[in-house]
Amino acid sequence: MSLVLSPLAALGRNTLAALAMLGRITLFALSTFSHILRPPYYPREVFNALMQVGWLSLPVVGLTAIFTGGALALQIYSGGARFNAEAVVPQIVAIGMVRELGPVLVGLMIAARVTSSIAAEIATMKVTEQIDALVTLSTHPMKYLVGPRVLAALVTVPLLVGVGDIIGILGGYTVGVQNLGFNAATYIQNTVDFLEPLDIVSSLVKGAVFGVIAAVMGCYYGMNSGRGAQGVGRATKGSVQAAAILILAANFLLTGVFFSV
Amino acid sequence: MIELSDVHKSFGDNHVLRGVNLSIPKGTSMVIIGGSGTGKSVVLKCILGLIQHDSGLITLDGQDVTKGDRDAFLARFGMLFQGGALFDSLPVWQNVAFRLLRGSLKRPWAEAREIAIEKLRRVGLTPEQADKYPAELSGGMQKRVGLARAICAEPEIIFFDEPTTGLDPIMSGVINELIREIVVEMGATAMTITHDMTSVRAIADNVAMLHGGKIRWTGPVSSMDNSGDPYLEQFITGSAEGPIEAVR
Repeated sequence: MSLVLSPLAALGRNTLAALAMLGRITLFALSTFSHILRPPYYPREVFNALMQVGWLSLPVVGLTAIFTGGALALQIYSGGARFNAEAVVPQIVAIGMVRELGPVLVGLMIAARVTSSIAAEIATMKVTEQIDALVTLSTHPMKYLVGPRVLAALVTVPLLVGVGDIIGILGGYTVGVQNLGFNAATYIQNTVDFLEPLDIVSSLVKGAVFGVIAAVMGCYYGMNSGRGAQGVGRATKGSVQAAAILILAANFLLTGVFFSV
Repeated sequence: MIELSDVHKSFGDNHVLRGVNLSIPKGTSMVIIGGSGTGKSVVLKCILGLIQHDSGLITLDGQDVTKGDRDAFLARFGMLFQGGALFDSLPVWQNVAFRLLRGSLKRPWAEAREIAIEKLRRVGLTPEQADKYPAELSGGMQKRVGLARAICAEPEIIFFDEPTTGLDPIMSGVINELIREIVVEMGATAMTITHDMTSVRAIADNVAMLHGGKIRWTGPVSSMDNSGDPYLEQFITGSAEGPIEAVR
């Protein structure tokens, strides 16, 4: 009997644990927004976070987008050639980058670059009692550490997605015009004509949601880190894994919300 | 006056505090001694509210520390952490003046810097150290910066968590002397956690020994050596033989 029941029990235990964790993360996120809205505010910390999350992520986002846009153009051209549809490269690159690849790739790059750094920094602060020190100095860690980082991600990741979309399209354009023989003006005209406002809005909304997920995961895992170097390592690994999975899951849900007929 | 009455705290199955009773009169220096892992830091963190105690009462001037305005409560405290707990991302002077750069005690940037440099000078550091980052300082210097941060807003109560751990004997002596001087000069209530007996003799007015989750012995530092308590005697002499098990 136990042979039959124990896998079921394990499944139940893991499901309950996952749901409990999701609940804790949701409460953490709600608490973060409540702290962001209430004073005291720390503008210097917000500025630093804007630089870290937004400005310094631009190179990695730009490089990711340009290579992806270029590769996408090549794929669509060679795939489209199978049914004489090579001409749709500008349209498909635009829709693919703006609706899907731009937000998802930027989200994943932010999870790799920002979530990991936030989790490692906050976890190290916890392990070295810096979080306790903040409290004794009458400073709430949720307001001083978490709020500014989440706010910065909420503001800058949609902008990064916007920039990523444009650079991705430019990557496709460059390959299309230089290698695939497209006319430059026609390529741009086709791109602009084909994109709809909803495509752009969905892209930016996804960026905002993914940014919040990335920053909240980094902060949550950092604040709940275990002891020592191992605790910091686990927090960092866990935060990136959780952020990446939640970003992909949220992408599926948001795509359904925006584009399901 | 800080008073703890029958304070209990467990972490899972580990019942660390099993009814701690202790009072620290205003303006005195209390040192809590005890072996590693006996819950000395937990006592301190329970008073500050960094850890919630399970039962019992902790009061500051008769007020339950878990109730009332938390910011006002914490503004009365300064704390020197064991590892310094300096913020790596901020230069030394901003660490020291942390309280003065934000919150209710906020002052203009230049004034806060001036006060920070003055406090650094008080703990024997030159203004040249002010713009360095904590990672660029030695362990002893970091302790001094931590001490400067603890006293920067002139708190009424200062906590010192293992102030000499990891320092050489001479630097330990310097830190002990500084702590004693500062506490006397400021008229502050001090509570120190240590297992360094040299520190105890240099810093304490009163001593309390924590063992088995309770205060085993408490009294003035002058009567510590003839307490007649075998646990305290073993701790003072550092003997492996005695009622305290060497392997815990």
